[in-house]
Order: sequence, then structure tokens, then C-alpha cells
Amino acid sequence: MSRTISYREALNEAMAEEMRRDPSVFVYGIDVADHKRIFNSSKGLVEEFGAERCFSTPLAEDAMTGFGLGAAINGMRPIHVHMRVDFLLLGMNQLVNMIATHRYGSGGTMKIPMVIRAIIGRGWGQSYQHSKALHSWFAHVPGLKVVMPSTPRDAKGMLVAAIRDDNPVVFIEHRWLYDAVGEVPDDAGTIALDGARVLRSGSDITVVGTSWMNVEAVKAAQILEQRGVSLEVIDARSIAPFDSGTVIRSVRKTRRCIIADNDWVNCGFSAEVAATVYEACLRELRAPIKRIGYSPTPCPCTRPLENEFYPNAVNIIRAVEEQLGLSETDLSGEDFYSYENKFKGPF
Amino acid sequence: MKELNYSLYQKVYLIRRAEAVIREHYASDAMKTPMHMSTGGEAIAAGVCHALRAQDQIIGTYRSHGIYLAKTGETDRFFAEMYGRATGMAKGKAGSMHLTAPEAGLICTSAIVGTTIPVALGAVYANRQKKQDRVVAVFFGDGAIDEGVFWESLNIACGMRLPVLFVCEDNGFAVHVPKSQRHGYRSIADIVSRFECNVFSSDSTDAEVIYGLTSDAIGAMRASGKPSFLYLKYYRYLEHVGVNEDFNQGYRDRSEYERWRAKDPVELQRKKLRRWYSEDEIGRAEAVIDRQVEESVKRAELAPFSGPAELYEDVLA
Repeated sequence: MSRTISYREALNEAMAEEMRRDPSVFVYGIDVADHKRIFNSSKGLVEEFGAERCFSTPLAEDAMTGFGLGAAINGMRPIHVHMRVDFLLLGMNQLVNMIATHRYGSGGTMKIPMVIRAIIGRGWGQSYQHSKALHSWFAHVPGLKVVMPSTPRDAKGMLVAAIRDDNPVVFIEHRWLYDAVGEVPDDAGTIALDGARVLRSGSDITVVGTSWMNVEAVKAAQILEQRGVSLEVIDARSIAPFDSGTVIRSVRKTRRCIIADNDWVNCGFSAEVAATVYEACLRELRAPIKRIGYSPTPCPCTRPLENEFYPNAVNIIRAVEEQLGLSETDLSGEDFYSYENKFKGPF
Repeated sequence: MKELNYSLYQKVYLIRRAEAVIREHYASDAMKTPMHMSTGGEAIAAGVCHALRAQDQIIGTYRSHGIYLAKTGETDRFFAEMYGRATGMAKGKAGSMHLTAPEAGLICTSAIVGTTIPVALGAVYANRQKKQDRVVAVFFGDGAIDEGVFWESLNIACGMRLPVLFVCEDNGFAVHVPKSQRHGYRSIADIVSRFECNVFSSDSTDAEVIYGLTSDAIGAMRASGKPSFLYLKYYRYLEHVGVNEDFNQGYRDRSEYERWRAKDPVELQRKKLRRWYSEDEIGRAEAVIDRQVEESVKRAELAPFSGPAELYEDVLA
């Protein structure tokens, strides 16, 4: 049996079920127990588990990240939540210098079962300090696992797996995905933290997406299907470790590859994927790999410029047409995602 | 009294002796790890650690030879790590600045000033949740007070009523910069005393005094449920990093060293022992420690290095 639930509910269920199952699990961070409850993803937790296991914290991201390390070493399973990944930058010293290295530095005698949930954003004037992604930063550092699920099913299964994992896991959630709904099995179990998911099978071009860009890639695939163009959309899902095998198998089939990363292009995850594909199947490729990502600027506030800054399904469609030597598809009648349809006002 | 002082002497002597041996051997370049020496600060390491029980936990800095030796009493894994050998606590992958001993309660030490302070908060929180009766003491220098994370941590510990034992070891310098150039206030102890915590201060080099003060601080912590803050002054005898003196560098004066040297923690403790023990008895106790250190060094020198596959071990669990 399965149910249709939102991404937000999937996160909430994963935390609540794990907190019920294991008294070592606790969740903390700015706003976690406030009335807004991290966009309602931590709804009901303080009521059920009490203020000792679900608490809002002082504005001290650096110390509270180190707090998680100490708690994890002493046998707890912390979930530290950041309303914006931009705030996690204040904890980077703890994350990179301490958390990522401590198992290695302890000669393997200590483990750090810690989840750091960070929300990435976009839209409605978030501008440049409420909108970054930064998964390539985290994935660059040995000792950290990095995942960014894009469906409710993956959000639930991967968050449960992250909580049970004995390593630090950076768990990145796109704010727009919170309202995404999808089927989640009643007995969801865990979903491995090291695998990509083929969201849509196809034969002409492989599109590797991260986070929200998978929504854009699926939309592009639906439109292009009308023209008889078949995209294979792969949600990278796990950034570190990256499941290169699934991508390489796909590219060997389609012999073309577009990477649509929810991040800047320069030195980003898209470069890592491109290099991996080139190393494995350079001679099989029929066209150079195309990378799509944010414009190389800070994120602007105003909507017209924001639209220029963020990549979308149209960029993917144009890249596909270029690779296949097709004329431009008429998109005038298409209905693309617009956050104005979901809500107005601040996130 | 007699036993207490004997035990304290064993600890200060072990630290002094182990570091003396490091100094003797360091020039050969077999110990390729940056040494930040505890010499001069032995009373704090010994006094605080002796007031802790076996199950209690400590967290330190890159200058943590002293607390490692005082808390664990062991020298085999310690020297093996200094020599970068497979028998070291981290199989040679951590070195002098990153000491751990989970079975003896040493959680971590760090090369980044201040970073380990909040780790103590989480450790105390976990002990409370798991109903573990364990004190957690976190050592840091006066330089750490310049870091924002110290203030964040102090505030959180006091606000969340996390009884952390803060141990500030003030040697007057952050690397080479004196407090007068770094601090926009007169007294750290005065400022910390405005927080919801218990503050204790001393500039004693007598391990017994530090032991007593630490016991009081732990008692106050238990009685109040609030953190305790130990503010302890000492003098770093050697250079910031390395095994040599640095009085010719001009940032501090030898006369200051001479003043502290006159109340050297090891000699002071030895002098006190003479009330109860003969010179021969003390000499025999020292010889036991000398032999322990010497044998550990020998074992370390003969131990193998980790094989190349070890590079990839323990990145993830």
C-alpha cells in the first residue's frame, strides 16, 4: 500500500518515525520548535517528544554544529536543521575541520552519526543570501555524505537512511519541493545514500539533474516527447558518493549528455559529472556534454533578473535541440512552473 | 594528602619527562609532527585531570600532550603516534595535534583554536540524555577567547544549563600576540562571572591547588546545575610550536620566564613530596616513569608505518 503525501510530510514522517524508534535521535536548530516549524517539516515533534529532543537554538550556527558533533560522539543521533543553506556557512569550520575529519583522526574508533538538513531556496525575492545550493562545496570534502532528494518518496527513504547512517550526512532540500506530492509506500524503509534514480527512461539524450532541476528536466522531457524526442532523466540524488555507474550506463545508451545542476556551473558538481562521463565514454559521445546551471552572478532579487539567473526547462529544451540539430520548439502554449501559483508573500 | 601528592607528582613528572624525551629526539626528524609543548603547564593538566574520574571526559587543543598523559597515563600509543607509526592511536594519521583516547575519555583535540569548545556542550547534552554520570572538561587557551565560538558556547552552556567544565589556560599569548594587543577588556574572569556560571581563578603552579580548585568547580557544577569556568594562568616555557626556547625572538622576556621557573610545577611538587618520601624513594618513582617513556620510545621507533591501504581507511564508518 502507498499514500500520496507531500515532500514536507515525508520529511516530517521520517523524523517522527525515527524519533519514535530510537531515543537517541533528536532534532534542533533555529525555528525547529517555533510556530513556523521549518516550513512545517518539524510539525508535532516538540509536542510528541518534548523540548529535550526537539528544540530551537540561539543564533549560533558555529557552536551548535560543534554541539552536534559532541552529542554524536557520545551516542546521540543529532538532526541539525538550517532554514537556509546560507546559514550553514557559519558552521563550515565545524563541518569541514571537525565533523568530516574526526573519524579519520580518531583512527576509526569514533563515529559521527549526524544529519545536517539544509534548505536551499529560490524565488519571491530571496536574493543572494537566501538562495544558494553549495552541494559541491560539501561534496568536495572527504568524510561527508551529501544527498539532495527531489521526490517525497526519496525524501522519506533517504532521510530515514541518513538518520540511521553512522556518518555525517548533509541533506539538502529545495524549498519549492516542499509542496511536491508523490506516492510513498506505507512501509517505506530506507533508500540508499549512494544511488542515482532514473526518473524517466529515454533513448536520445541523458539529462542528469540535481534537486529542483529534475522537475525542470521532467517538464522538458514531457514537452519534447511531443516532437518524438526521448530524454532519459536521471536524478543524481546522491552527490557524495556519486553514483557514476548509473549515469555512465545511460550515456553509453544515449551517447549524449546534458547536466542540469541546481547550482553555479563554475567548479560545480556539473563539472564533476562531466569529467566522470568523459573519462568513461569520451569516444562514445556524439556531442560535447552541455552543462546548465545558475548564471555566474550573485542571485538578484527582482523577478525579471531572477528569471535570467535561474536555469529552467526552457534552457534544457534549447540544449537538447542544439545537441540534436533540431529547430526551436514553439513553447508559446506551454505552462511552466511558476511559484506565484503556489503562494504569494515571503517564504 | 601523601597519596594525592604522590599521584600528582607522577602525573607532572610523566608530562615533563615525556616532553624532555621529545626534545632530545626531535632534531633527528623522526617525529614529523608539529609539537606544541605542554612544558610549564603541567600543574593544570595534572591537577584538573586528577580531579576527574576514569569515566569523565576531556577535550583539548593542539597543545594537549599534558592532558593526554595525565588522563590516560599511557605512553605507547602516544609515542607511536608522534613517530607516525601504525601502532599510534590514529595509526599515524593524526599526529601531535589530534589526540584521542575514547576508552580514557579523551574525545578530541583540535588544531583550530576554539573549535572544540562547543563539542563539549553536545557531549554534556548527550550524557544527560543517556543518563551517564560523566563530567566533561574542555581545555582551551586565552587565544580561544578571541574566537566567536567561545562566546557562543559559553552563552549556550549557561542558557541551556549544560554543566560543562570550562578550563581556560591563560599563557598570555595567542601564538605570539600578547593579551594587551588582543583584548578590549580588563578581566575575562570578571566578564564570565556575569554569565550564569561558577567562576574560579588561580595563577598557582601547585598541582594540588589546581586539583582542589577543580574539585570545587565540579562540586559547584553539581550543586548549581550550571557550568563552571576555571581560569588558570601559566607560563609556556617553549616556543609556540617546536621544542626550543624563543626568548631571543623579542616578543617576550626571559626575566618573566625566570619568575615562573622559580615556582616550576614539577620542582614544586617534588619539593612537597620530600615531606613524606626520601630522595631515594622519589628517585625510584621517577625511574619507573623514565623506563616507561624510554620503552615506549623504543617500541615506537621499531614499530612499522601503516601500509598504503591504510590511507583510505576510516574516512567513513
